[in-house]
Amino acid sequence: MIVQHDVTIIGAGLAGLRASIGAAEKSDRISIALVSKIYPLRSHSVCAEGGTGAALREGDSVELHSWDTVKGSDFLGDQDAIEFFCSIAPREVILLEHWGCPWSRTENGMLDQRPFGGHSFPRACYAADRTGFHEMHTLYERSLMYDNIERYSEYFVTSLIIEDNRVRGVTAIDLRTGELMVFQSKAVIIATGGAGRLYEFTTYSHTVTGDGMAIAYRAGIPLKDMEFFQFHPTGLLPSGILITEGARGEGGYLLNNRNERFMERYAPEKMELAPRDIVSRSMMTEINEGRGFEGPYGQYLLLDLRHLGEEKINEKLPLIREASIKFSGVDPVEEPIPVRPVAHYTMGGIHTNMYTETPVKGLYSAGEAACVSIHGANRLGTNSTMECLVFGGVAGERAAEFALGNDFAPVSSDYVKEEERRLFDDLLSRNGDERISVIRDEMRSTMERHVGIFRNGEDLKTGLRKIQELKERFKNISITDKGRSFNTELTHALEVDFMLDLAEVVVSGALLREESRGAHYRTDFPKRDDKKWLKHTLAYYTPEGPKFDYIPVTITKWKPVERKY
Amino acid sequence: MEEREVTFIVKRFYRNEWREDRYEFKAVRGMTVLDGLFHIRDNIDPSLSFRASCRMGICGSCGMVINGKAMLACSTQIFDLGTDVVRIEPLRNMEALKDLISDFDDFFEKHRRVKPYLIRKEEKSIEEGEYIQTPDELRKYRQYSLCIKCGLCYDACSITGSNKEYLGPAALASACRFIMDSRDQGEDERIPLVSDHTGCWRCHFMAECSEVCPKEVDPADAIQKLKRKALIYSLKRLFRR
Repeated sequence: MIVQHDVTIIGAGLAGLRASIGAAEKSDRISIALVSKIYPLRSHSVCAEGGTGAALREGDSVELHSWDTVKGSDFLGDQDAIEFFCSIAPREVILLEHWGCPWSRTENGMLDQRPFGGHSFPRACYAADRTGFHEMHTLYERSLMYDNIERYSEYFVTSLIIEDNRVRGVTAIDLRTGELMVFQSKAVIIATGGAGRLYEFTTYSHTVTGDGMAIAYRAGIPLKDMEFFQFHPTGLLPSGILITEGARGEGGYLLNNRNERFMERYAPEKMELAPRDIVSRSMMTEINEGRGFEGPYGQYLLLDLRHLGEEKINEKLPLIREASIKFSGVDPVEEPIPVRPVAHYTMGGIHTNMYTETPVKGLYSAGEAACVSIHGANRLGTNSTMECLVFGGVAGERAAEFALGNDFAPVSSDYVKEEERRLFDDLLSRNGDERISVIRDEMRSTMERHVGIFRNGEDLKTGLRKIQELKERFKNISITDKGRSFNTELTHALEVDFMLDLAEVVVSGALLREESRGAHYRTDFPKRDDKKWLKHTLAYYTPEGPKFDYIPVTITKWKPVERKY
Repeated sequence: MEEREVTFIVKRFYRNEWREDRYEFKAVRGMTVLDGLFHIRDNIDPSLSFRASCRMGICGSCGMVINGKAMLACSTQIFDLGTDVVRIEPLRNMEALKDLISDFDDFFEKHRRVKPYLIRKEEKSIEEGEYIQTPDELRKYRQYSLCIKCGLCYDACSITGSNKEYLGPAALASACRFIMDSRDQGEDERIPLVSDHTGCWRCHFMAECSEVCPKEVDPADAIQKLKRKALIYSLKRLFRR
């Protein structure tokens, strides 16, 4: 079946929803399809907790927010894009407020802001510790006002249709019927989020499997800076559920087994509120040097909130308390929380410019799926939800403009037939002796072990060999459910297939980058090397594996200097 | 670590037929019902279908009936159930699609019908900044804004079960969330929507919805507030005439 929409948005998290509204506000003459493999409110964005950054108040400025972000990125962020981003951020916070977001308030009823890691001003707007949840519900509900947004929930996108460097639409499985559909579109926006399920210990929802990145990559669009993966300092044991940086923003301490606030040794000025790459590395150093705690789920450190008191915890960090009790059996009012660094954010993504344009005409990307790049080698907390709002909005407007000025481009029926063959005649009919879950788990433990916080050439080579072996073994999987309706075995196979491609790009990029910058730390190359490596990585798909190219970083005002906190 | 042999009996709907499958495996302390289902999918029967995403009780995906009661699978510890035999079925009062996946289209359509967004007679410009709302004003609706749209209350509500038209607890709580918001001016549009024959007066205040709500939204309380609002609204209209 073919449906036509002027703009098709893949992914209905924060960036996708914001894009749908941006497009709808641009013109009520265009029709918008909001396509997602899950219902919008199930998206991982609801898990964002601590805050959304914007320079709103006296004493803060776009310039200061930009500098913090540039320094946080270890100078790999593009400075023109960062300033553009920081200048739009305040507007997005107010927009969401006008649309009903229940932001936390000061006593006099203004938006409250809290401190966050790497920011030199308390600029995190927040809604208790459910910021992403409330932003998502606000945007989803607001989007219901526009009659030209049509939601296709539980449609699994399998490929982009591109010919002559012009996007023509996407193919997707209608999960209910199991039929392949074509969304023929003038413009397409990819807003499918990150790839955090590549790792074993992760804050990510089960559904965050990097589909959009992999689909774009296979269609010939380069992925940028994929070797930079953020490890958040405080993942709850044993599940990896996020304990927000806001907990430290509100005054929480990190402690080792000698009851020391060890961050004093690594970032004496910012302490627990140093950027995430630095805090996570410091924690792993503490653990590696024997100052961690040993438990049934491995080694860990403690996050102590007790001194904040029950009232403040209930008011500012209610979800953290609930999650710690439910998922770790620890009440942070009474006991410190067991935590360990955890895979949390994909700095890399689909190569776009600051207007969310990819190299393909009519194709846009926004949010974690994209790499503009504003985060460079390390993202600051609060900049990801804001990235979704700012660039989601930009992508929606740009895609709508493109759709208003262009016609539908034809989709060849051969392409669709070939995609049907690939999905149903090939993949679905496989009866090999490899289990999908085994391949997935081996991939995740490989990434955890060889491509984690501390990396080195030997480990990375081992990791790459293993991922390549898993890609081979994947050809021999078995799918037991041959039915069509909600064949979650088939969709999971597609997800694992996507992730294997992405894992290969992450490992290969990390192996090539012989320096340490931001979240990418090579013990065999422990220094940042601006002479050789102040550049973005681009990975292009080839059937034999990724091919790499590099492009310069845009430096405007801020020359790279040593990064100290 | 404490381990126990458990049996999951899963009621599955597949190709227009119901069937029950039994799965036996070793559960360890700390394992949730959702972990158990993933264990089955990964190790015993990969064809088993269910919805899941955040595994931290905030995305609303994994509502199902566990030993007779609607619960979030991710937030339910196997060892807390007090039995080693766990019966699981899809949410009732919704059409089953496959295995534990039931149809939420009608649920979200009802939510849409109550106009769940701020309605302003005049919107402030961005340059004028935020609407002022004190922490006390925020507290008046905050609880209702915590609804994760998991649908457990539609399983529990006997009116929803017998009357397809009834908007139901989550949608009505959502209407209440906006009616109680000091920034909202949508009374004239929204109150008639939630106080007709499909709305708040259908509720018999059995409060089963609040009983199963995993986020302490207390939809039953929201519906009582709506009834009061609707009454005051109709009196006001009477005097306006």
